[in-house]
Amino acid sequence: MSKLKKAVTDMDHIQGNADAPIELVEYGDYQCPYCGHAYPILKNIQKKLGNNLKFVFRNFPLSEIHPNALNSAVSSEAAGLQHKFWQMHDHLFKHQNRLDDPSLVKYATQLHLNVEQFENDFEKPELVEKVNDDFESGVRSGVNGTPSFFINGEKYNGDWEEEPFIEHLENLL
Amino acid sequence: MLAVGTKAPDFSLSATPDQKIQLSQLKGKKVILAFYPADWSPVCSDEMALYNEMLKLFHKRNAELLGISVDSKWCHFAFGQDRKLHFPLLADFEPKGAVTKLYDVYDEVEGESKRALYVIDEEGIIQWNYLSPVGMNPGADGILDALDNMNKK
Repeated sequence: MSKLKKAVTDMDHIQGNADAPIELVEYGDYQCPYCGHAYPILKNIQKKLGNNLKFVFRNFPLSEIHPNALNSAVSSEAAGLQHKFWQMHDHLFKHQNRLDDPSLVKYATQLHLNVEQFENDFEKPELVEKVNDDFESGVRSGVNGTPSFFINGEKYNGDWEEEPFIEHLENLL
Repeated sequence: MLAVGTKAPDFSLSATPDQKIQLSQLKGKKVILAFYPADWSPVCSDEMALYNEMLKLFHKRNAELLGISVDSKWCHFAFGQDRKLHFPLLADFEPKGAVTKLYDVYDEVEGESKRALYVIDEEGIIQWNYLSPVGMNPGADGILDALDNMNKK
């Protein structure tokens, strides 16, 4: 069983109760159709489990097969610098079919980000590095495709369709 | 599988329609041999797509990646182009599976390579091996750990 090699820290993007009994980490790619399919499922899981769930998203862009994946990931991090990571995250998954650079800037505008700042941050090597670090930590942890999930530090290889996934998580409570 | 500590058998296989790669020419570099059943099948494609993204991390560790299956050089050519793969796919095509058999990872029933990994050091000695269940993408954590452990020696 593969384990999460890099523990969740303040550097991560976290939603929900920080002290929840269940910590769910997703490694995902904004341009990956399976991640797009998982997106509403995860929203429902978060609703259902409420305070019992801490959800973490780490970027795992497969940039050769998904040409917009890396820039999308970087734009989520750039939005994060303006405290709107999750808003961008949601926006990207809701607009998966349009993730080219001009669209990314348009989304920044729609989210009322400081667009000049956003475009500046977008060019910062630190942000690409952060995405690459997420990627490497994923590979280290045995991520072999997206989405990959870790529940309380253990890789979850089971079914992640809504019903079986919720059932699995609720059984852990 | 061939045991760790064994000398990796030398071979020469087509990497492109007009180019061959010989293992012994890569002496001085670490080599990752990724045997896989077939171009185009879903799991292999994911595995190769993942490795494609990993090349930077492999190169940082002075390692070259070679994919090997029994598909022909033309099939590899089309597959590599379609998936934008930036590493060689070797055609173990004629005589079929000869190199795969040398490395003891041939699936006689399917007539394909099993899903297997070897990491070979700069001197051509096998330092790590892994046989994966056929339907499972083995990921790359094992390869990276093996490469890093070799660097520590």
